[in-house]
Amino acid sequence: MKKLINAPEDVVAESMAGFAAAHADLVRVVPEPLYVVRRDAPVAGKVGLVSGGGSGHEPLHAGYVGFGMLDAAVPGAVFTSPTPDRILAATQAVDGGAGVLHIVKNYTGDVLNFETAADLAAANGIEVRSVVTDDDVAVKDSLYTAGRRGTGGTVLVERIAGAAAERGDDLAQVAAIAEGVNADARSMGVALTPCIVPHSGEPSFTLAEDEMEFGIGIHGEPGRETLPLEPADRVVDRLLDAILPDLPYERGDRVLLMANGMGGTPLSELYIVYRRAAERLAEEGIEVARSLVGDQITALEMQGCALTLLRLDDERIELWDAPVQTASLRWGR
Amino acid sequence: MDVDSNWATDWVRRSADAVAAHRADLTALDRAIGDGDHGENLHRGYQAALAALDGLPDDSTPADALMLVATTLISNVGGAAGPLYGTAFLKASGAAQGLDELGPADVVAILTAARDGIVLRGKAQHGEKTMVDAWTPAVDAAAAAAESGSDVRDVLEAAASAAEQGAADTEPLVARKGRASYLGERSAGHRDPGAESSALVLRAAAEAAADAAERRDT
Repeated sequence: MKKLINAPEDVVAESMAGFAAAHADLVRVVPEPLYVVRRDAPVAGKVGLVSGGGSGHEPLHAGYVGFGMLDAAVPGAVFTSPTPDRILAATQAVDGGAGVLHIVKNYTGDVLNFETAADLAAANGIEVRSVVTDDDVAVKDSLYTAGRRGTGGTVLVERIAGAAAERGDDLAQVAAIAEGVNADARSMGVALTPCIVPHSGEPSFTLAEDEMEFGIGIHGEPGRETLPLEPADRVVDRLLDAILPDLPYERGDRVLLMANGMGGTPLSELYIVYRRAAERLAEEGIEVARSLVGDQITALEMQGCALTLLRLDDERIELWDAPVQTASLRWGR
Repeated sequence: MDVDSNWATDWVRRSADAVAAHRADLTALDRAIGDGDHGENLHRGYQAALAALDGLPDDSTPADALMLVATTLISNVGGAAGPLYGTAFLKASGAAQGLDELGPADVVAILTAARDGIVLRGKAQHGEKTMVDAWTPAVDAAAAAAESGSDVRDVLEAAASAAEQGAADTEPLVARKGRASYLGERSAGHRDPGAESSALVLRAAAEAAADAAERRDT
C-alpha cells in the first residue's frame, strides 16, 4: 500500500483539518465531535440540511457544505458511518428554527446511525425529517437485500434540496423536493480496480487485469457481476442499458447527466464516458439539459465510473442553476 | 450462585480482550462479504468502553455498567455495529434495572432484551445472516437452561455455545440484510462477521460468570 498519509488513524482528522484551512471562507470544522459546518450557520429561519457518512467518498459530503447546498456534513471513519452523537451535534449547530433535513444514503450503518440521531434530536426539541437516497439500480430486489444503495443521486438531492432551502422553502417542501429528486434519479457504476482502506491496507476485492466489477456501490464492495473488461463505449452502453428502463427514462424526457469518477479515473476518461452517454441519450430521444462531469462521490482511489440520470422539470432546472458556493460546486454567486 | 456488577464489568473487560485478539479475523470476515472494518470498529468501541469503566463508581449496579457500555459503543463504533450493539446493551441495561444480583431468570431477561433490541433496530429476522443468528439461538438455549434449573454459569455457558454454533451456521446462508445482502448468492460460504463477534461477546459473558463462580467456590 502506498498512500500519502501519516498514520491510518489520523487520516480523517488531518484531512478535515486541511479542508478547514483551505476553505476557511466557506466552512468551519468542529474537531470534537467532528463535523463540518457552513461558516454562517445556523441561518435563522432556514431549513438546515445535514448529510454524512463514511469518509473516503470525497468531495462528498464536506465538499458540498456552503451556500445553496448542505449546512453541515458529518464524516465518519473511512467507509464507516459517523456515530449518532456527531450527527446530533451537527444537527443542533445548523438548526435555525425551521427544522433540519437529514439526507442519508441507504446503507445499513448510515440509516441506523442517522435514525438514532434523529430520535435524539427530536428529544432535544428539533424537528427532523429524513430522506434516504436509494438511486443505485444495481441492487434489484429489496425483499432480499437491504434495498438499493444511495450513490450519485445523493449529490443531486443535496444540491437541489439545498437550493430550495436557500430560497426559503419550509421543511415539508424541502423534504418533498428531496424525495422527488431521489425518486427520479438512477445510477449505475463500474469498477476497474479495487481500492485500499488505509486501516486494513488490503484491497477491498480482487479483479484480474482483464476484468471489471459491474454494478458496484461506493465502498469497493463487490457489485452485480464480474465481467471481462470492454472498451469504454460498450461499458457505457451496459450502464445505460441498466439505468434507462428502470425509471424508465423515455423519449422526450429532459435529464441531468452526471458522469462520476470513483477517484482513480482521469477526467479525460470520464469525458470519453460522457461522450458516449450523451450520444446514446440523443439516439434515445432524451434531452441532456444539464450535466456534471468529475469526481463527485468516490471510493478512495478506485478506478471506475458511475452514471447518474435525473429527470428534470422547470423547477429542478431553476434550483440546479441557482447560486451555489461550496468547495466543490460553485456557480452563480 | 448469582452474579453482580463485578461480573458485568468483567464481561466488558473480557469482551474487549476477545475483540482485540480477534480484531483481524473479524475484519477479514467482513472484507469477504462487507466493507472490511468490523474488527477495527468494534475494537475501537470496546477499548473506549474499557477506558470508561475506570470512571464507573464502586457502588454501580450491573445496569449502570451495561448502560456505560451501550453509550460508549454507540458513540465510538459507527457503522451498523455501533447502533446494533449499543441498542442491545441499552435494552439489556433496562432489563437489569434495580437489580444488584442477577439470577438465571434475570440473565435470560437481559439476553432476551438485548436480542430484541438488535431485531428492533436492524429489522432482521433469524436466518438472514446477521447478528440475530447468533443471539436468537443463544437466548433460546439460555432460556431452556434456566427452565431446567441451571445456575447462571451454566445458563451463560449454554448461551455462548449456542451463539458459536449459530455463528458457524451462518456460513451457508445468503445474506438478506446489511452490506452483505448486495452480494446475494455470493455471500454464501462466508461466516457473518456480526454473528461471529456476537459469539465472542457471549463467550466472554460465560467466562466472566465461570470466573465469578470459581472465586466464590474457593
